[in-house]
Amino acid sequence: MPNEKNVKFYIRRYDPLKDKEPYLRSYDVPVSKGMVVLDALHYIRENLDPSLAWRYSCRMGVCGSCGMLINGSPTLACNTQIFDISETELTIAPLPNFRIIKDLVPELSPMFEKHREILPFVVREESELDDPEGEFYQTPEQLEEFLQFTFCIKCGCCMAACPTLATDPNYLGPQPLAQAHRYNKDTRDGGRKARNQITGSNDGAFKCHYAGECSRVCPKGVDPAKAIQIMKRQLVFDFLKISKSQKPCEKLKGPGKGEKKDIPPAPTYTVQE
Amino acid sequence: MAELNRYDNRLGVMGWLFKGRWGFERYLYILHRITGLGILFYFLMHIVVTSLRAFDIYLWTEGEFFHHPVFRFGEFLVFAAFAFHAFNGLRLVFVELGFAVGKPIEPVYPYKTSLTKQRPLFVIMMIFAFILFVFGTYEFIISMGKMIGG
Repeated sequence: MPNEKNVKFYIRRYDPLKDKEPYLRSYDVPVSKGMVVLDALHYIRENLDPSLAWRYSCRMGVCGSCGMLINGSPTLACNTQIFDISETELTIAPLPNFRIIKDLVPELSPMFEKHREILPFVVREESELDDPEGEFYQTPEQLEEFLQFTFCIKCGCCMAACPTLATDPNYLGPQPLAQAHRYNKDTRDGGRKARNQITGSNDGAFKCHYAGECSRVCPKGVDPAKAIQIMKRQLVFDFLKISKSQKPCEKLKGPGKGEKKDIPPAPTYTVQE
Repeated sequence: MAELNRYDNRLGVMGWLFKGRWGFERYLYILHRITGLGILFYFLMHIVVTSLRAFDIYLWTEGEFFHHPVFRFGEFLVFAAFAFHAFNGLRLVFVELGFAVGKPIEPVYPYKTSLTKQRPLFVIMMIFAFILFVFGTYEFIISMGKMIGG
């Protein structure tokens, strides 16, 4: 194959049944232009070492399963072109700040538990369940306030890059905090007060000191650091009771209840039969 | 089934400096902590040393232990740490209250983050820190000249 080069892959291996601690093992992989790190891992498992374990699913940067530390930076293996990083050697390790299950498979459950803690859903009054009709009114400007933060795929790269989380396992971390802000900013939501109890606690947003690494490594451009800083301002305003009303928007109930606008007539046919 | 061993892969304090290819702001975060700890250490030592006056011990006067160019240079380092820590701290106050990080935008590749948005603020603050540092350096050179030259 033209433009093919041999790249040495140093992969951090760990077998919970045999090893006390992880170690590096090297593999030579023929790499051609266009190959991503995930392709190389497949090559290793199919041709060199069938015992290598990692987690992946969609192969296109959507599912967030294949987050790993590639040459010292947390990122997605399916999204990373090998030649963009190195043409000679590459070191791959599991995402730090998570426990290792095996080889490149981190245990992400602490992140998901923290995510669950911050009520990651639109909180409404339960009485609405009896009357599920209608829809919520939200302007494009209101949507833009949180749209960026909805793209999170929960890959854990931000949690792996956070230096505060590197020393403090109780800290909520960038992923749950950014998602808390995402729902706080949603005009349909009425759960900010409840979330503030968690995000404003000792292990919440104020433990972030803007190292910014979470935003730099995020493979989806979510910018958790930005969300956390804006949330801190909101927390201060809420504490001082000078923030805007946090009443969730009301439902629009069918035609006639909302603002009526004159509907322009349909244009005439341009093609005559 | 028995619970399998999980290896704790937390980076710890060493992870602040090594074990990764990190960005500029993360090293600023570390430098801010180190300078903060340095200033705190100096402050505690300062209380201890000056409180020795109660026992009629004056370690900082001429000919005494702390009246030595090495400690003078140490004080200069503390001042440099203070200049950085003070102005970087001001930047953090602004940024951590949600100013200078920009508004949420639709993420379009190549992604623009709040890091680039707040960098002009960092440059302005470091210019102020440098001006303060230059004043401190001038004072340090003059005092060292007096100390060495008599």
